[in-house]
Formats: sequence, C-alpha cells, structure tokens
Amino acid sequence: MRESGRTHPAVLVAIWMVLLLAPAWLGLVGGYTALGARVLVLGLAAMSLNFLLGFTGVLSFGHAAWFGLGAYGTGLTLKFVAASTPLALLAGTLLGGVLGAALGALIAHRRGIYFAMVTIAFGQVFYYIAYRWNALTGGDDGLRGFSRQNLAIGPWSVDIVANGVAFYYFVLICFAAIVAIMALLLRSPFGHTLVAIRENERRARFLGIPVEFHIWAAFALSCVFISFAGGLYALLNNFADPNNLHYSLSGDLVIMAVLGGMRSFWGPLLGAAVFVVLQDYVSSLTTNWMSFVGLLFVLVVLFFPRGLLGVLRGKSPA
Amino acid sequence: MSLLEVRAASKSFGSLAAVRAVSLRVAAGELRAVIGPNGAGKTTFFNLITGALRPTAGAILFDGRDITAIPAWRRVVLGMARTFQITEIFPELTLAENLRVAVETAAGLRLRPWISRGAAASVRRQVEEMLALAGLAPKAGRLVGELSHGDQRAAEIAMALALRPRLLLLDEPTAGMGEQETYDVTQLVRRLHRDCNLTIVLIEHDMRVVFHLADRIAVLDQGALIADGTPDEIAADRTVQAAYLGQAAEAGAADAGAAEAGAAEAGAA
Repeated sequence: MRESGRTHPAVLVAIWMVLLLAPAWLGLVGGYTALGARVLVLGLAAMSLNFLLGFTGVLSFGHAAWFGLGAYGTGLTLKFVAASTPLALLAGTLLGGVLGAALGALIAHRRGIYFAMVTIAFGQVFYYIAYRWNALTGGDDGLRGFSRQNLAIGPWSVDIVANGVAFYYFVLICFAAIVAIMALLLRSPFGHTLVAIRENERRARFLGIPVEFHIWAAFALSCVFISFAGGLYALLNNFADPNNLHYSLSGDLVIMAVLGGMRSFWGPLLGAAVFVVLQDYVSSLTTNWMSFVGLLFVLVVLFFPRGLLGVLRGKSPA
Repeated sequence: MSLLEVRAASKSFGSLAAVRAVSLRVAAGELRAVIGPNGAGKTTFFNLITGALRPTAGAILFDGRDITAIPAWRRVVLGMARTFQITEIFPELTLAENLRVAVETAAGLRLRPWISRGAAASVRRQVEEMLALAGLAPKAGRLVGELSHGDQRAAEIAMALALRPRLLLLDEPTAGMGEQETYDVTQLVRRLHRDCNLTIVLIEHDMRVVFHLADRIAVLDQGALIADGTPDEIAADRTVQAAYLGQAAEAGAADAGAAEAGAAEAGAA
C-alpha cells in the first residue's frame, strides 16, 4: 500500500549520517558541537509540536510552557533532589507531561483560534510563576547552580559533563528514541486516526472516532515529548530561565515547524537547523537577526507553503 | 422489530422548526427513501438520527435501544454509518488510507499504538475487499482529493461500508453526478440492499433513483412527515403532489415538469 507522506529511505539514511557525523564536519564549516546539540534539542521540540500541529491538525501556541516545565523540572531535580541525569530528565518529562495532560483535558473540545489562545494563556501562567517565585526558580535571573551529571552505565562512567562530543551523542540517542516513538505512533492505527482528524474532523467522528479524546491524547503525548526536549535543553545549558516558557519561544517553535514543512515528519528539524544557525551566525553580525528569520519565513510561506522540505520532496522522484 | 425507530422527533433552531414531530419506523432489511422539496428538513432529520444534532423533543431508538442522548461516534460503533450531502473524505490521503482508518476503527484498533503483522494483513484484505465492492480497486494508491466527484462519492460509501454497519444512511448519494455515475451508484446501492441485505435509509432528489430502489418512501414537507408508504401509494398521494407542485409553482414551470416526470415514472414503476 502506498503511504502518503512517508520519507524516502535514501533521505532517512542521509539524515542519520549527517546527524551521526556532525561532530566531525561541524568544525569544518565554522560550527561547533554544542550548536549541533542545540539544533537537535530545538528540532526535537519542534517535531513534538508538529506531532500535534502537522499530524493532528491542532495548533498550540503555548508549547513552550511544557518545554520550559521540562527544563525547570530537570534543573530543580538536579539542584535539590538527586545528582542523576536520567532521573532529572524523567522528572522534567513527568512535570511537563502530567501538567500538559491535565490542562489539555480542559481544552480538547476547543478549536482553532480559541484553542491557540488558551494554550498561550497557560504558557504565560507558568512563565509568571517561574518569573516571580524567586526562592525556588531564581526568578528573572533563571535557575542556576545545577549541572548535568556523568552517566553511570554498569561499572562504566561516561563523561558528558566536560566532553562535549560525548554529550552530543547522548542527546542524539535521546533524540533518536523519541523520534522513533513518534514515527511508530504515526504508523499505528492510533496515528492513522490523528491524521484522519487533521484531514476531516467530521468524517473522523462519523467513522466512530471520539475526536475530542484522540485530540487530548495527541496533545498529552506532544507535551511529554516536548518536556523531554526541555529537559535536554536544561542539561545542554546547565541553566533554565523564564524565557524557556515564554510564548515568544512557542512562536519560534511554530516558525521552525512551518519553515521546515509541517506536513513532513523531518521538516521541523530542518526548520530548527535553519533557525538556530541563522540565529548563531547572523546575530554575530547584527542584533536584528530576527528580521532575517522573519524575511525567510515570509518568503517560504509565500512561495513554498509546504516548507523547505516540502520543496525538496516535490523535486525528488516519489 | 424495527431496526430504527424515530418517535416524534423535533428540532428547532430558534424560532425555526426544521423538523416537527416526525415518527418513522425502518424494518431490518428495508430500503427506505426520504424525499421532500428543498428545505423540507431531510438533512436535519438525518442529523437527528445520526447524532450530529440533538432533537429538541422526541426519541431515537436503534435496535430497540434509546440512543437519543448517545454521542455520534458511539452510534457509529453501534452500527450506524452515514455519508454526507457534500462529500466528507480525507482529501490528502490515498484511497486505501481513507479506507484503512475506517477498517481499523471498526475493528476496535483505534487506540492501538502498534499493530501486529496479522492484524495489518487482515486490515489490508478488508480494504481491498471494500475497494473491489465499490469498483475502485485500480485507484487504491491515488489521493482521494484528486479523484473525480463520482469516485469521491463512491469512496465515501465504501468508507461507510468498511464500518460493517447494520444501518446505512446515504444523504443524496447521486448529488452532482452525471448519468453514468448515477447509474453506477444506483446499482451499488441496489447490490448492497439485495445481496448484502443491508438496511438503508436514503435521501435523494432524483425520483428515478428513488422509485427504482425504495421499498417504502417517507415524504417530508416543511419539517413534517406528510406521507409514508410504498412507491405506488406515494405516487398516487395528493398531498405529496401538492407539496412538490406547490414548490414548483414558486420555482417555475421547469421544475414542475421535472416533478411530474418523476411522478409519471413512479406510476410506470
């Protein structure tokens, strides 16, 4: 059976080779390993958002809330509870995932602009909590005083604190695990119902699908995935700040997804790469780097509504 | 016992009474047509039966069970499938993918985050079976949004059939179709009724189709049921003629001719 929207195997191999070899080639083109890790983390966040946006057809404009909660949950666990990287990541994922699932249940029956507005509001609530609760979160200065810990695998210890390349591969393994879960879900009967809801909510309902419940489930899963990405972000920076929760980051994530192509599974990763690299490179030349991203975004939306990857796919033989 | 029973169902939108205390019984295995002039409330009546709308008063029973308060999706699970006046499909998915969602949901797999090889093979077989039944097998890999109007209508019927319903509700299945397509759909509906013994309720404007297919015909006018009987009874019914002619008088002589042609055809059938 032909599958619409499935990535060509050759493209898949290319993507994974580029990611696997990134520490080797990033330096040759003027990049650095931490930049690669940043692309992976924000790419994972944008792909998590796109699980909802591109594959369920539901726009959340406050997904930074769950990203930031993942970051704070991870940071707070490392600072106050236990010096364990995996445990901190798990705690951050649970914090964002559980709160996302609970609040998602309140809004799963809202649609379009109403849904988007409420998600922004949720995000701002958490932003101000983090901003104001100085004693716990460090307020405006952000959460400091924690550091990712080396991984203990059996008798071995893997240095991901000082060794940036090892940390990159740790992030890549985490990224691969979540991406694999997302891909498998989208190929499952459950994933098929999500795409059906995106395509035609009414038809989906009259096939016997309880649309609100499935939208809630997709929202909750998306929150879990993006919280995990937020946790990785805290580990990457050894820092979390209220901007991780702010709706401007939510907007950036939507831009990454649309820029790369929200109908394609890998599009948001490409969008994140373009966004992060432009931010890194152009911001060293001018403080107005965002106007370049904005210009690119407008051009893409006007001329390639399917995003950068949509253009590439359109030209390659199907 | 009747498979579907509507008890004095009414639906008002503000001061507009779209459906007024309509009662109807559809026996298992019956093919029932619902006809009536434009704006008679046929689609609203369908929406009450399928749960797209809640009735303001009255009750809907399916297989003896009161389903008035049950949400639409659950009525589908109980065995009620429908198509829409304006085709509702998944345009950016292939034809086979459209049917696959229906087959998987009907098989109770909709929440499964994985699928076994055996189950996937069974789903594929049923998809192929439905494609063959609707005469669409060669187009399985095409995006549904790119198919012709007639094929899209057939695809929607195939999706409804993939749910293995006990009651199939078709809202103007031949709307906007040419002669050949209308004929094909009529033959498909007749096959489903005769060969598969499926209970079908059909809204239709094309009188040739209605009088050709229906066991019984219910006539709605201005939200009320004005007649219910065999095609011969309906063709001879003066209230029905008045309802159609009354509308035709407003719309112009051309429509009157069409209505008379329909009635004449009914007499011949």
